[in-house]
Amino acid sequence: MSEVKTDGTASAIAADASDERLIRSQGLAGAVSAFLNRVRGGELGMIPVIVGLVVIAIVFQLNEPTFLSSRNLVSIMQFAAPVGVISLGIVLVLLLGEIDLSVGSVSGFSAASMAVLMDSHGWSLIPALIVGMLVGTAIGCLYSVLFVWVGVPSFVFSLAGLLAFQGALLYVLGDKGTVVLPQDSGLRSFARDKFLSDGQAYVLLVIIVAAYLAVNLMTIRRRKAAGLTPPSLVAVLIKAGLLLVGLGFLTYYLGIDRGWSYLPVLFALLVFLMDLALRRTTWGRHVFAVGGNEEAARRSGIKVPAIYASVFALCSTFAALGGILIAGQLTSVSQSSGTTDTNLTAIAAAVIGGTSLFGGRGSAWSAMLGIIVLQAIQSGLNLMNVDSSIRFIVTGAVLLLAVAIDSVSRKARTSSGRG
Amino acid sequence: MSAAAAPVRESVLSLTGINKRFGAVQALTDVTMEVGAGEVVALVGDNGAGKSTLVKVISGVYQPDEGDITFAGRKVHVSGPSEAQALGIATVFQDLALCDNLDVVANLFLGQEKRRGGLIDEVEMEKESWRLLRTLSAKIPSVRIPIAGLSGGQRQTVAIARSLIGNPKVVMLDEPTAALGVAQTAEVLNLVERLRENGLGVILISHNMADVQAVSDRIVVLRLGRNAAEFVTKETSTSELVAAITGASDNVVTARAARTQSKGEQA
Repeated sequence: MSEVKTDGTASAIAADASDERLIRSQGLAGAVSAFLNRVRGGELGMIPVIVGLVVIAIVFQLNEPTFLSSRNLVSIMQFAAPVGVISLGIVLVLLLGEIDLSVGSVSGFSAASMAVLMDSHGWSLIPALIVGMLVGTAIGCLYSVLFVWVGVPSFVFSLAGLLAFQGALLYVLGDKGTVVLPQDSGLRSFARDKFLSDGQAYVLLVIIVAAYLAVNLMTIRRRKAAGLTPPSLVAVLIKAGLLLVGLGFLTYYLGIDRGWSYLPVLFALLVFLMDLALRRTTWGRHVFAVGGNEEAARRSGIKVPAIYASVFALCSTFAALGGILIAGQLTSVSQSSGTTDTNLTAIAAAVIGGTSLFGGRGSAWSAMLGIIVLQAIQSGLNLMNVDSSIRFIVTGAVLLLAVAIDSVSRKARTSSGRG
Repeated sequence: MSAAAAPVRESVLSLTGINKRFGAVQALTDVTMEVGAGEVVALVGDNGAGKSTLVKVISGVYQPDEGDITFAGRKVHVSGPSEAQALGIATVFQDLALCDNLDVVANLFLGQEKRRGGLIDEVEMEKESWRLLRTLSAKIPSVRIPIAGLSGGQRQTVAIARSLIGNPKVVMLDEPTAALGVAQTAEVLNLVERLRENGLGVILISHNMADVQAVSDRIVVLRLGRNAAEFVTKETSTSELVAAITGASDNVVTARAARTQSKGEQA
């Protein structure tokens, strides 16, 4: 025991690289080869989605030259964001290996609650919006009670919720059928007309890249101090450079039209925060643990019911927020709000983005990538004037493809010991 | 024999007169057991001897109907698994209860993550993981691979290492070698010796006599929920042990001996 007190600082080799069986991956070449190994082992991560996006871009661009125009990209992002917010909640639920089929209905019902409070009861935006979101939270809490205490499977109570809250939407709207949001409410302009100015966008961009660099440099320093292999400085610099160039070009290109709308920026912020919460907080770690092995999580002293409750509540709250943003975008809530394909689009987006249906595997970013894929397909088909029947078929095929990729990579993971 | 087995070391955990009853079944009757610091005590017995019940009593899953548990010289009442852990009694159950999708570091610290400014401190946890695995001279190629990528012995190692996170005084291992190959079993036995060297009291539950005799200092035999015998490992033989486990007076061997003898008398 005493020999170990040196903590590896005295030895030339870092503590995590001293086992002779470990294939060492240091420096830039190491980073690249480790990445290739992960892919071969079935740890595909975001690769299929990114390949998919490239294919989509090429196919539609060839058919419809306006597809990659600045104007169209701006609109894709703007319309992707609200459903993406709903999808973010689905990612959480999927991480636990559960499902919520009612997000569409919940989004419609919450938005309708908000709209009716503003329209018929003369509430101002902020309190009505808070109540709308609390409606979502309350529904999530109800689900938690059903799941944790009564033991109803999530598939069943969310299916019941799908029907019930669709009914609630109709009830709240009453015989009017459609409630138009007041002209002067900030929500409408927020969701439709607000864009970052060029200056704001570039400042934000610089802040993001600087923060990325700072965090990574700090990690390198701390790992060195702790006697562990630090990540390659060159790789970090290259990634930061790519981030700067990529986001910079996107900002420039979107700037040709109207630039960054507030909606996708809000969505990206939510995704970032959720990613941080999932990967770097104990709550997120426990979500993954419960999704991976509930019994192990329980024995580790994790309060499993609390994790389930927090996730169901968050999912419904995200659904409510998404519904409210959609309402802002469409300027009204109608009997069809959240009923058509919102539900399945949100669920499909999470899965297409790479979150496993089997629990314990996924990332907040998958909501973003998945919804961009789906919105791009929808936009492309709209531009080509394809009938909505074809759109549904294509979306279905893409979903199937995504799940097939998930299943195949799962097999690869099993055979290469990555679970 | 138990007089010879009285531990010279200070006792960390001692159980006296433990009784546990489930409905009509008296699972444990007057069971007594003692573990010293830096001592490996093997708990053996046939199926249904009460080993699991005793383990669960010690780990706080069950409460004894009667009897005292003394831990570190203080009489304690263990009302739950978390309380046992807080006291310093760590249990590694047979189904290791690890999360396959999380890496070694995440599993080691699951439920007791180290934090820095509200976020998980991965660097500190990784450093601590390596320190811990080194004290066990454990062979884990990387702490950043998911548990699913480890062999059975390595998983057992991780599970044992995890039990040491809260600095326990007693570690209880339930059938740690049950599903392992020869080399992996040896690795785990090394691990048990390392725990002893580090001054921990170890309770080893096993069906495998060879393993028990290889690493333990004392062997406590349970039979039908009672203390059947207690041996100092060095001074005992396998046949003695088997006799105690099966009940020397009424096993097949003695029954046969008795039969031939009575036949001889008749003749």
